[in-house]
Amino acid sequence: MIALRWLSDNAGVMAEYFLAHVWLSVLPLLLGLVLALPLGWAAHHFGFLYRPLVAGSALLYTLPSLALFVLLPQVLGTRMLDPVNIVCALTVYTVALLVRVVADGLAAVPEDTVRAADAMGYTAVQRWAAVELPVAVPVIAAGLRVASVSNVSLVSLGALLGIPQLGSLFTLGFQLGYLLPIAAGIVLCLLLAWLLDGLILAAARLLTPWKRAETPA
Amino acid sequence: MIRFDQVTKAYPDGTVAVDGLDLTAPTGRTTVLVGPSGCGKTTSLRMVNRLIEPSSGTVLLDGRDTAGLDTAELRRGIGYVIQNAGLFPHRTVADNIASVPRLLGWTRRRARDRALELLELVGLPASYAGRYPAQLSGGQQQRVGVARALAADPPVMLMDEPFSAVDPVVRARLQEEFLALQREIGKTILFVTHDIAEAVTLGDRIAVLRVGGHLAQFAEPHELLTRPVDDFVADFVGRDRGYRALDFAAPAALEVREEPAVRLGATLEQARAAARDGWALVVSDENRPLGWIDVGAAAPGTAGTDPVGHGHLLLGGTTARRSGGLRELLDAALSSPSGRGAVTDDAGALTGTVTPEDVVRAITAARAEDAAAGAGRETGPGATAAGGDRNRAAAEGTA
Ligand SMILES: Nc1ncnc2c1ncn2[C@@H]1O[C@H](COP(=O)(O)OP(=O)(O)OP(=O)(O)O)[C@@H](O)[C@H]1O
Ligand SMILES: [Mg+2]
Repeated sequence: MIALRWLSDNAGVMAEYFLAHVWLSVLPLLLGLVLALPLGWAAHHFGFLYRPLVAGSALLYTLPSLALFVLLPQVLGTRMLDPVNIVCALTVYTVALLVRVVADGLAAVPEDTVRAADAMGYTAVQRWAAVELPVAVPVIAAGLRVASVSNVSLVSLGALLGIPQLGSLFTLGFQLGYLLPIAAGIVLCLLLAWLLDGLILAAARLLTPWKRAETPA
Repeated sequence: MIRFDQVTKAYPDGTVAVDGLDLTAPTGRTTVLVGPSGCGKTTSLRMVNRLIEPSSGTVLLDGRDTAGLDTAELRRGIGYVIQNAGLFPHRTVADNIASVPRLLGWTRRRARDRALELLELVGLPASYAGRYPAQLSGGQQQRVGVARALAADPPVMLMDEPFSAVDPVVRARLQEEFLALQREIGKTILFVTHDIAEAVTLGDRIAVLRVGGHLAQFAEPHELLTRPVDDFVADFVGRDRGYRALDFAAPAALEVREEPAVRLGATLEQARAAARDGWALVVSDENRPLGWIDVGAAAPGTAGTDPVGHGHLLLGGTTARRSGGLRELLDAALSSPSGRGAVTDDAGALTGTVTPEDVVRAITAARAEDAAAGAGRETGPGATAAGGDRNRAAAEGTA
């Protein structure tokens, strides 16, 4: 009874947290993808860039996230409580995850396909946009799914800085010594991760009707 | 016209793939590059559309140095077909074919109409337009590859072993269709293969390359088969070159014997009456040879009034067209159970039969004629070489 009461009393706050969590995890995902596409292309296209870019981005990923959250305001000149810090930090992680994925996805495009495009008179940009990228969609989508889950879980760390989102339910529960907010936070995080994953899957399916043709139902 | 002028390609690692190549592929004809693996065929081909840049020398297209042209523009005017078709896996058959027209700025509508037209030209049903490459067989993908290369109607086509990845039966079909198509569209084609039989079947002229990218011989198929310039070419052309050269000897002196055939459904008695040496040829209502009946061995217990049915026929003999090469005729004579090969007109209707002896006599006559023409060529520039009959490719049916 008390539990239900608590839930209904705090439904509005939880919805706010949920929405904040959505954009704090989705925005970096999109920004990271936009940055990773050219970087991954460069890593694939210029052989000598592959190692430094992939190794460099892997290194970025090992940066402790809490340290990044704390350090970023000083680097960016933002306020500690500014959500921009979280967006930036998670963009860095998304890029770190996706550069390699994009490079490897492009490398997996069959050589015959790429050569055929060249021989038909596609310019480098046309070839990338019309042939390589569409063919690499399944690989990139798989990478995005990993990044989206990782983002959803990392956003909650923002609670330690006092940035409101679902993670705030964990700190709240901790302060009150009450399990319910924590459980609600976990359920909502899982729900969000599941929704985003489904969305990416659906988008990938929409973009790759040819994949379904390869494996008849 | 494609002209290689002293073209050399040395790769950065020092491999000289092509060495001082001089070669002219005439407009509207098929020129085949043939040679053992690694002799520089692919390298030569790719220097035409500049997928590979020559180290020295020039490649000219209709007299224009390709080095001075914009690569994308150059390539849009050259069809390119490769071994595994290299289709775009993410595009439907129609969209694959429409690729170059779309690059050239055609409207969606016009490109699609063109794609459907080409689908028909390469013998695929229009219902395949919406399929993806993964839903096609290897042979079908290859056809789409050819259609895609033809889409913007380029005057020049480069084909790199386009038929080597399919099974022999499909390959033979594709080769036949290639010949029929080329008769219709008359492109300037540079065709790479390592299979001398394919070279001889498809080429108007054949360039034999040896490893290191040296041109060993450049000649018409008949010339190549009968007068290889050295041991390497002779070896490469193969031991059965004498037999295959018969393809190019026109059977001018061949006399076709009349054959009193019976129709399917005639009585066994009628077949017996028509038979010579115990064998009667059975034809369809359209007078097409169907097979032979051994009248002496017609199953015991059958009455003379029984009709001749498919069950009585001995198949296995090939038929030859009167206008075909001597090889086709010899094969028909040798493969026939009766020792008489069925000969048809171009429509497939029976005109008579030939025996192996008849064909051998015709071969002797053709050789004499050929020798005379050869002598004439040495004395007078106006003489033309014998042979070169290129229409033997249509199906050899069974009879
Ligand atoms: N990128 C490259 N770098 C170095 N050497 C190369 C390169 N491409 C080809 N070669 C070499 O150049 C030679 C000619 O190669 P090419 O591909 O033209 O042969 P090919 O006649 O097409 O052979 P195949 O019948 O096997 O396809 C070979 O010795 C090959 O190893
Ligand atoms: Mg090759």
